[in-house]
Amino acid sequence: MTDIEQAWAGQIREAAAHKTPLRIRGGGTKDFYGQSLDGTVLDTRAHRGVISYEPTELVVKVRAGTPLAELEAALAAEGQMLGFEPPHFGDGATVGGCVAAGLSGPRRATAGAVRDFVLGVTLLDGRGERLHFGGEVMKNVAGYDVARLMTGSLGTLGLLLDVSIKVLPLPVAEATLRFEMGADEAVAQMNRWGGQPLPVSATSWIAGVLTLRLSGAEAAVVAACQRLGGERLDDERARAHWQGLREHSHGFFGGDAPLWRLSVPSVAGPIGLAGSQLIEWGGAQRWVRTEQDAASIRARAEALGGHATLFRAADKAAGVFQPLVPTLRGIHQRLKHSFDPAGIFSPGRLYEGL
Amino acid sequence: MTADTASLPENALREVDYSQVDVARLIAELRAVLPPVALLYDSEDMRPYECDGLSIYRQVPLAVALPGTEAEVAAVLKICHAAGVPVVARGAGTGLSGGALPHAHGVLLSLARMNRIVAIDPVARTAVVQPGVRNLRISEEAAAHGLYYAPDPSSQIACSIGGNVAENAGGVHCLKYGLTVHNVMRVRGVTIAGEVVEIGNHALDAPGYDLLALMHGSEGMLAVVTEITVKLTPKPLFAQCVLAAFDDVIKAGDAVAAVIAAGIIPAGLEMMDQPATEAVEAFVHAGYPLDAAAILLCESDGTPEEVEEEIARVRAVLETHGATEIRVSRDEAERLRFWAGRKAAFPAAGRISADYYCMDGTIPRKRLGEMLTAIQGMESTYGLRCINVFHAGDGNLHPLVLFDANVPGELERAEAFGAAILDLSVDLGGTITGEHGVGIEKINQMCRQFSVPERQTFFRLKAAFDPKGLLNPGKAIPSMNRCAEFGRMHVQGGQVPHPEIERF
Repeated sequence: MTDIEQAWAGQIREAAAHKTPLRIRGGGTKDFYGQSLDGTVLDTRAHRGVISYEPTELVVKVRAGTPLAELEAALAAEGQMLGFEPPHFGDGATVGGCVAAGLSGPRRATAGAVRDFVLGVTLLDGRGERLHFGGEVMKNVAGYDVARLMTGSLGTLGLLLDVSIKVLPLPVAEATLRFEMGADEAVAQMNRWGGQPLPVSATSWIAGVLTLRLSGAEAAVVAACQRLGGERLDDERARAHWQGLREHSHGFFGGDAPLWRLSVPSVAGPIGLAGSQLIEWGGAQRWVRTEQDAASIRARAEALGGHATLFRAADKAAGVFQPLVPTLRGIHQRLKHSFDPAGIFSPGRLYEGL
Repeated sequence: MTADTASLPENALREVDYSQVDVARLIAELRAVLPPVALLYDSEDMRPYECDGLSIYRQVPLAVALPGTEAEVAAVLKICHAAGVPVVARGAGTGLSGGALPHAHGVLLSLARMNRIVAIDPVARTAVVQPGVRNLRISEEAAAHGLYYAPDPSSQIACSIGGNVAENAGGVHCLKYGLTVHNVMRVRGVTIAGEVVEIGNHALDAPGYDLLALMHGSEGMLAVVTEITVKLTPKPLFAQCVLAAFDDVIKAGDAVAAVIAAGIIPAGLEMMDQPATEAVEAFVHAGYPLDAAAILLCESDGTPEEVEEEIARVRAVLETHGATEIRVSRDEAERLRFWAGRKAAFPAAGRISADYYCMDGTIPRKRLGEMLTAIQGMESTYGLRCINVFHAGDGNLHPLVLFDANVPGELERAEAFGAAILDLSVDLGGTITGEHGVGIEKINQMCRQFSVPERQTFFRLKAAFDPKGLLNPGKAIPSMNRCAEFGRMHVQGGQVPHPEIERF
């Protein structure tokens, strides 16, 4: 273990002995996300830097406290990228925070989520043990997939030290097309495109406009543009549009109304909630700004076959994440206890009592 | 560092003795919940279930249960849970690591009768299937909608989707299209206590921890899967394959790296060494160049325009990286012929050798040369031949060690050869298994790949699902005691992985 790892292991053991919570934190750009923020801050940012990067292996191994922007710059210099297009939500976002939050951007529906690209992790568990799971290879079925389990666990299971991530080449060509249509028609269209061999890399619908991004080989993008028609956005406007969705800098995300994220089957019908709506991920992600009560939103999401997250709100009393059924809640509690027996890692960030 | 053993389940410390089962009572209870055709307990009837695709390990269980419904699965599990009887789930029995080897004092739970395709939604591009459905059948049924199920393990004609989830099966197209874990949206299963759990959904994510990822590759240790929703992919309009020959395997490996460095993610990227090429050529007559030290197969798929562009780029890279011959498939028949050889590698090995032992290590691609050189050395050390096929795109190597089990000592040498390859895979920064699973076969090597606290974490994780440790005990994760014993045997040399099990 390095000095800092040893210091953290000591801090964890100390915290476990006294049952005093620790709040694992990188750049703090996702402090708004999740239920409650309890505990003494354990700042990961001193543990930074790319450990190894082999562009021809399509794998990068990086310390958790590394700024996400630094990692993305290193990949871009080699013509590569993070396929899941993670949101930063501010300056100083770290790789560890990106993996712990498990949030993916516009490319998610076609390229995959954070968890699809995480190949391995090193972590300190609630006993201060340094553990390594997965690896730097694409295929690995030795042992349970703890690396993916850590992804999206919001720092409740362990302190990430480093992660190995599969990377992708930057697309040779991209084009963004715009079509005017209503929400229901847009969802149907997104699903039709999804069923065809088209190089779709992102879709969105807001305020009567369906926007489609194509990414891939030059010839494929050109051919798809010709076939699909629509109005082509110039590169700058296209970049601004997708960046606005990825970072929530788009006007839709401004203001104080609670922001709900509904994750539903791509073919789910009209969301049927009061307030304005933004659709992404081929129909599978629906953002809603609404003051409607949480219970009815959750019931609606469940009826559609998905779940609802209170993504941003001043008042989180209604709970941020969709409650788990008792059997799954039991498994969650036992998993939490197995990694963090003293319950010190970010307690209550994901669910109360977890 | 002191290990926290107080919180560990008993099975983490040592192999648990399950021999005190009241067999007559168990059979009577199972008979009460299963129709007569769904329960076997005569040892002759159970013979077909005594091994999976790794036939060197065989064991007849106490009983074989063949439930036809989820309710029957739950009933069997509840009985076994109450009686403290181990349960080993089995799909099509094509696994190559002995993951479905029965337990001598347990029930073998075959999901083969649960083989219905429940629903295909062409608009949502999903298929809901039962675990006993064959991998290839999903693609066959989806074909009418221009869709298919992407992961294609080489056993896809026979292997079941439930088994694919248990092993996180791959295939030759997974660099571009992902493994099973990337193509499954939801599993429904039953815990050992008989409780039904829904993990995942038909959306793109689910609240809470990623239990769906945990289920993949869990080798039947966490829950028994009864229904699966898979993602279907639009069938590419067109595919073409490049066959390139090299006079040196290292050059072929470098060419693979160069293709990736050029920003190309081929649909498939496979390598075979000269002995493998020779073995399959004699078998399927794919037209492979026999004088090449290695051949590469590189496939591009997509729209015709996309494929044309990509094939031109691949060709340019291969030409500048020392390919001695390049052929591009001229039509679908030729493309399939190029692949026929690669897909027939295992049967071809079976044709030139009485027996073969297939390994499954994954290594960083850049270490390929070191691995192949070491394997050549091992051939003389162990006095056995080895042919190599390689999922070059993702570093997953399948050395096939050729031996004859009827020659005394050859099986033991083959196993030692295999163990040496796995040890080297770990040393080169890779893993002992890319897609076949640990099962019983590679359980000792787990002691090398994972530290004591890491293995303890696995046992605690399993206990979150299966507190009594009754699902597939003795597989995948070695007990502390087993690793201690293995460590001692390793020092002495000449270890046998499972002296207690009858061997063939």
